Amino acid sequence: MTAPTNAGDKAIVVEGLRKSFGKVEALRGIDFAVQRGTVLGVLGPNGAGKTTAVRILTTLLQPDAGRAFVEDHDVVREAAAVRNVIGLAGQSTAIVDELTGHENLEMVGRLHHLTRTQARARAGDLLAQFDLEDAADRAAKTYSGGMLRRLDLAASLVAHPAVLFLDEPTTGLDPRSRLAMWDVIRTLVAGGTTLLLTTQYLDEADELADDIIVIDHGQVIAEGTAEELKGRIGGDVVEFTVPDRSRIDDAIAAIDTLGEGDPVLDRHRGQVAIRVGSRGSEALVETVRRLDAAGVESAGLSLRRPSLDDVFLALTGHAAAAVADEVTA
Amino acid sequence: MTEQSLRWAVNDAWVLTWRNLTVWRRVPAYLVFTIVQPTIFTLLFRFVFGGAIPVAIPGGYVNYLLPGVIGQTAAFATMATAISLAIEAQKGVIDRLRVMPIARSAVLLGRLAADGFRMLVTLLVIIAVGYAVGFRFSGGVGAALGMIALAEAFGLALCCVSMFIGLALRQEEAVQAFGLIWLFPLTFVSSAFVPVQSMPGWLQAFAVNQPVTHVINALRALALGDTRVTPMGDNLWLSIVWIAAIVAVFMPLAVRAYKRVS
Ligand SMILES: Nc1ncnc2c1ncn2[C@@H]1O[C@H](COP(=O)(O)OP(=O)(O)OP(=O)(O)O)[C@@H](O)[C@H]1O
Ligand SMILES: [Mg+2]
Repeated sequence: MTAPTNAGDKAIVVEGLRKSFGKVEALRGIDFAVQRGTVLGVLGPNGAGKTTAVRILTTLLQPDAGRAFVEDHDVVREAAAVRNVIGLAGQSTAIVDELTGHENLEMVGRLHHLTRTQARARAGDLLAQFDLEDAADRAAKTYSGGMLRRLDLAASLVAHPAVLFLDEPTTGLDPRSRLAMWDVIRTLVAGGTTLLLTTQYLDEADELADDIIVIDHGQVIAEGTAEELKGRIGGDVVEFTVPDRSRIDDAIAAIDTLGEGDPVLDRHRGQVAIRVGSRGSEALVETVRRLDAAGVESAGLSLRRPSLDDVFLALTGHAAAAVADEVTA
Repeated sequence: MTEQSLRWAVNDAWVLTWRNLTVWRRVPAYLVFTIVQPTIFTLLFRFVFGGAIPVAIPGGYVNYLLPGVIGQTAAFATMATAISLAIEAQKGVIDRLRVMPIARSAVLLGRLAADGFRMLVTLLVIIAVGYAVGFRFSGGVGAALGMIALAEAFGLALCCVSMFIGLALRQEEAVQAFGLIWLFPLTFVSSAFVPVQSMPGWLQAFAVNQPVTHVINALRALALGDTRVTPMGDNLWLSIVWIAAIVAVFMPLAVRAYKRVS
C-alpha cells in the first residue's frame, strides 16, 4: 500500500486519472481529493466524464493511467478492500423489481454477510429512515420514481459505508421528490459519511456540497467551494425580454452599469440577461426603474439563480449545450 | 481459498439463487412460458406430424419423441438465462453487485443454480405430459433417473454458453435473436424429432456428429433401454465429453464477460 500523497485525512485521492473508450477520451487526467467527512460535488454536463470517474473509483472500471485511492486503498490493486468501505447509488439500480422493498434490502444485507436477523433489522431501520415503511411489503415495481431512488439509496447504505458515491441521484425526479432526496442526503452527511456526488445542477451542488469541482471534456476546469464558484460565476441573474426589438439597444444602455460585467443579449429572442451578484432583489427593482425611465417596455422580467449554462459561460466562454453539440459532432 | 471465504462464497451464491427463484415464483408467467413451448411441441409432434414419421421402436413414435423433446427443452430453457443476465447487465444490477464485497463466482453460480432448478421442474412437467400422451420409460427406474440427470447436465452446460452470450451481448433483443440462431439448428438438425438417416447426406454429416444428437441418443437409450433400435453405443461417453468440453470452454468465457460488464 503506497499512497505517498495520501495524507490521513483524505477519504478519496485521485491523481492524473485517464480513461479512453476507443477514440473518446472520457477522462483526460483529473486530480482531486476529498476530505474525510465532507461532500464533494462533481458538476458537469452530459458526457463530461462524471460516471466514468465514479466507475473507476468504485472498482468497476480500470483507468488507463493515473491512480486513485479510497480510504487509503488503491482502487485497482486493492479493489476488494475498497468494496468493503464504499456504497454506490445513482444512474444504475440494484433493485429487483419483483421483490418487495424489504426483501431487496434484506438481500443486500445478506450479501454483506449480516445474519438473517441482522439483515431484517437493518432493512426495517432503513425503510423507516427513508419513509418507505408503508410500502415495505409491496413489490418494488409498484414504487414511484422517487421511492425507487430512495430504496436504491437505502440499499447502498446497508453496510454503513464510510464513503458513498451518488451518481446524479436526483436526475429525472420531480421537484418534490428532489427536495425529499436532498433531505435524506443531508441527514446522511450529518452522520459523518464522506460523499462524492455528481450532478448536472449547480443548485444541487450548492445545496449539498462543501467543495465543488467542475468537469468538462474529461478535465477539471474549476474547483472551489460553492461560494467561490458562485463568486466567479457572478451570482444571480436578472433576465427580461424586449418585445419591441428596435428598443433593445435602448434597454441595454439603460441597464449597462447595473450588473457585474456586460449584459448578455440573445438578439434572436430579444432576451437580455445581466449578472447581478448577490444583490438580486435590489437589482431587480433597479432594472424596473431604469427601463421605466428609458420608456422601454419589457416582458417576463425575472430574477434567477445561475444555471449550469451560466457556469459554463463564465468558466469556458461557451454554453453547456454547445459543449454537448461538440461532443456529438 | 480459506474456509471462511469458501463459506461466504456459498452464502453469496445461495442468496442470489434465492433471489432468482423468488423472481420466478412471483412471475409465474415465466415458468408457464418455459413449459408451454415444449408441451405444444410434444402434442404437435405426437398428434400432427408423428403419424408421418416412421420409426420402428416399441411403443411407437411417442417413445422416440419424448427424449428428443426433453433434450430440446433443456437447451431452450437456457434462453431465459441469457435474457435475464442481459437485462441485469443492461440495467446496471450486475454493476451494483460487483461493487459489493461478494464472491466473484456468486452471480454466475446463483444464476446457474436457480435456472438449473427451474429446468428440472420443466423437464419433470414434460415427462408428465409425455406420460399423458402414451410415453413410457422401459429401461428401469435407475436408467430413467439417469436420463433426467443427463438432460439436466447437458442443460447446465448450455447454460454456460447462454451466460456468456447474455453477458457479452447485454441486450435483450440481440440475445433473443441470437438464441434462435444457435439453438434452432442445433436442436432441429439432430435426432430429436426424426431419425437422422432421413436427412440429405451433407446435413446428416452435421447431424450425426453434433452434441445434441449424441445427448438425445443417450437419453433415448436410457429411457427405452439399450436395445438394437435404441443402442447406447458411444453416445453416453461422447455426451459426457461434450458436456465437459462445453463447460471448460464457456464457463471461463462467461466469467471473463462478467468481469468486463460495464
Ligand atoms: N462504455 C463506454 N463505451 C464507450 N464510450 C463510453 C463508455 N462509457 C462512457 N463513454 C463515453 O465517455 C464520455 C464520458 O461519459 P460519462 O458517462 O462518464 O459522462 P457523464 O458525465 O456521466 O454524463 P451523463 O451526465 O450523461 O451521465 C462520453 O462521451 C461517453 O459517450
Ligand atoms: Mg453519468
